[in-house]
Amino acid sequence: MTALDPAQSARPASLSALMGDGMSDEQGTSLWRGAFERLSRNPAAIIGTLIVLAFVLVAIFAPLLAPYEPAKSQWIDQVTPSDVPGPSPGHPLGLDPFGSDLLTQLIYGARQSLIIGVVSTAIGLLGGALLGGVAGAFGGRVDTFVMRLVDIMLSIPSLLLAVSVAAVMGPRPGAIMIAIAAAQVPVFARLLRGSMLAQRGQDYVLASFSLGLRRRTVVMSHVVPNSLGPVIVQATLTLATAIIEVAALSYLGLGASDPAIAEWGRMLVKAQDRLQTDPQLMLLPGLCIAVTALGFTLFGEALREALDPKSRR
Amino acid sequence: MTETRTDATLTRTGRRGSRGPVNRDEVLLEIKDLRVTFQRRGGPATAAVDGVSFSVKPGEIVGVVGESGSGKSVTSMAVMGLLPQRGSKVTGEVLYRGENLLTMGQRQLADLRGSELAMVFQDPMSSLNPVIPVGLQVTEVLRRHQDISREDARVEAEDLLRRCGIPDPRRRLSEYPHQLSGGMRQRALIAIALACKPALLICDEPTTALDVTIQAQVLELLKELVNDLGTAMVMITHDLGVVAGLCDSVNVMYAGRIVEAAGRRELFAHPRHRYTEGLLNSIPRLDAPRGEPLQPIPGTPRDTIAWSKACAFAPRCLHADDECVVGDLPLVQLGRVNHPVRCVHPAPEEEPHG
Ligand SMILES: Nc1ncnc2c1ncn2[C@@H]1O[C@H](COP(=O)(O)OP(=O)(O)OP(=O)(O)O)[C@@H](O)[C@H]1O
Ligand code: SF4
Ligand SMILES: [Mg+2]
Repeated sequence: MTALDPAQSARPASLSALMGDGMSDEQGTSLWRGAFERLSRNPAAIIGTLIVLAFVLVAIFAPLLAPYEPAKSQWIDQVTPSDVPGPSPGHPLGLDPFGSDLLTQLIYGARQSLIIGVVSTAIGLLGGALLGGVAGAFGGRVDTFVMRLVDIMLSIPSLLLAVSVAAVMGPRPGAIMIAIAAAQVPVFARLLRGSMLAQRGQDYVLASFSLGLRRRTVVMSHVVPNSLGPVIVQATLTLATAIIEVAALSYLGLGASDPAIAEWGRMLVKAQDRLQTDPQLMLLPGLCIAVTALGFTLFGEALREALDPKSRR
Repeated sequence: MTETRTDATLTRTGRRGSRGPVNRDEVLLEIKDLRVTFQRRGGPATAAVDGVSFSVKPGEIVGVVGESGSGKSVTSMAVMGLLPQRGSKVTGEVLYRGENLLTMGQRQLADLRGSELAMVFQDPMSSLNPVIPVGLQVTEVLRRHQDISREDARVEAEDLLRRCGIPDPRRRLSEYPHQLSGGMRQRALIAIALACKPALLICDEPTTALDVTIQAQVLELLKELVNDLGTAMVMITHDLGVVAGLCDSVNVMYAGRIVEAAGRRELFAHPRHRYTEGLLNSIPRLDAPRGEPLQPIPGTPRDTIAWSKACAFAPRCLHADDECVVGDLPLVQLGRVNHPVRCVHPAPEEEPHG
């Protein structure tokens, strides 16, 4: 901290020339830029980010990367009940049990997992943020009512909740995303509300009330932006679980019903009776799920650390 | 400190209220028998502020002095209507231009806050929102209370920061609070509080969290701005030095009650309450003979008794005796000048105190 007010100090020109304009004040960085810098120094964060990035790129450029069209079953005649052809020059990872190229299926699977993960998390986040935001903003009886509702949702194991929703909605497209989102809603709701309540007693919130700012302004421009950090972190972590849950729901036969859409979870299911003869059919999609989930988890944890005010300087 | 102002909107001749010419008899803020009790879950209700009364005239600077926990912040929060609704009970009257703020509707109160009444908090580190740029926090208030465009608000904000002694205000507007030093932040907060030229500014220990050199600058700035704007100020502090350099009149608080009130000169020349006397003896004096030791007040503010049983200061008072063990000591006028004191054995008036 500078002891003298730079505006008033009459400093010799020669000295000013040396020091540049103004005194060196604490040169900080903004919240997000600071977070980014801390992220880039954390090896786990770098690995996580690389995995996530690779996953997203593969998902986006699937048509360019995959050697064939997905789910065409062009080579179904080569698949016998006891044997699925392994790697060959035309098929680097061999075929899948339906006679499609396994590598192609895995690449398109990334796309499907990403879509389901992102969409379901977005829905869950939206729903949860809405409930939690209302509870946190209004407080009092509204808060009590909303949070009891959330508690009820939370008391149902998330997979069970997802399974019930998926079962009720039947095999229509999008069902699985809503099922997964339903399980996420209470988590986001609790997190945002808790985070907003913690902001309530902060000096700057009192200060904004002391300036006559309307409750709406205080909530929207002061409380909410300060409460979002943990929610964003949770969203990245939830993406990882969402991808696993897609697999789990598919495994339980509740996934997308269209077999033409490659999806890691269902690939896992369809391969289980061939585990003895062709273990790669299960191992590869399983590995994809595990690595992707790990990537998002690492990234989320690192983000949590980077955004944590306590780790800031 | 700040350059000579030519801005006609800010500079008003002499000290006057932001509305109309000054009327010295007019009372801007009158606090009558303010009482704040906190009800802790399960525990007994505790009175943090216990029958406080004082008034502020337009343009006047009134000091409220007391040790930590004496109820200074709670008093200011009660005036601003910022105490939590749950768990606290506020009684008495807070009259602002004759209207009781305590019974006023939330909407009406919100209209007054920021435009007529403003507050500067103790901790500049936590009183600014960390995630939005400083500029936005200034323009936000301007736009809330004045009908001005975004662009005009920005220009005005820049001007405000400059007047509050923040160099390169244009750049500062787009920076985040943690990019400013503590002193800068407090200047920014002062700029925000004074943005709409309020008639009354409450400062709750605005310099406690700052370095000594910065403290002096910030106080000087406050004094100047308040003088130019004709804003009245309630200066809450535990530092008698601040009071000596700034305030027109002083209220000394102890354990939730005012124990002595007087004009600044009168108080420093003739402190009568034993607590005030102790406070004065515990700060270094330039005119004291060399080597004379400072006399700190023994004990801590926690060594207290409920006012309903005895003088709350008795456990720490060198002059305490059985006569001090009476419930609800009254504030009584002593001497000719307006100088109420709540003490059974006040310091004799003749005692030389500078
Ligand atoms: N929200 C609250 N709930 C319960 N008790 C409170 C609350 N706020 C303040 N108090 C109590 O009221 C008393 C007076 O506190 P206050 O903050 O007014 O002291 P202060 O004079 O401002 O002290 P300081 O110089 O440390 O700021 C304290 O004993 C405190 O514990
Ligand atoms: S009333 Fe008694 S105990 Fe209290 S300050 Fe006066 S002399 Fe001391
Ligand atoms: Mg205080």
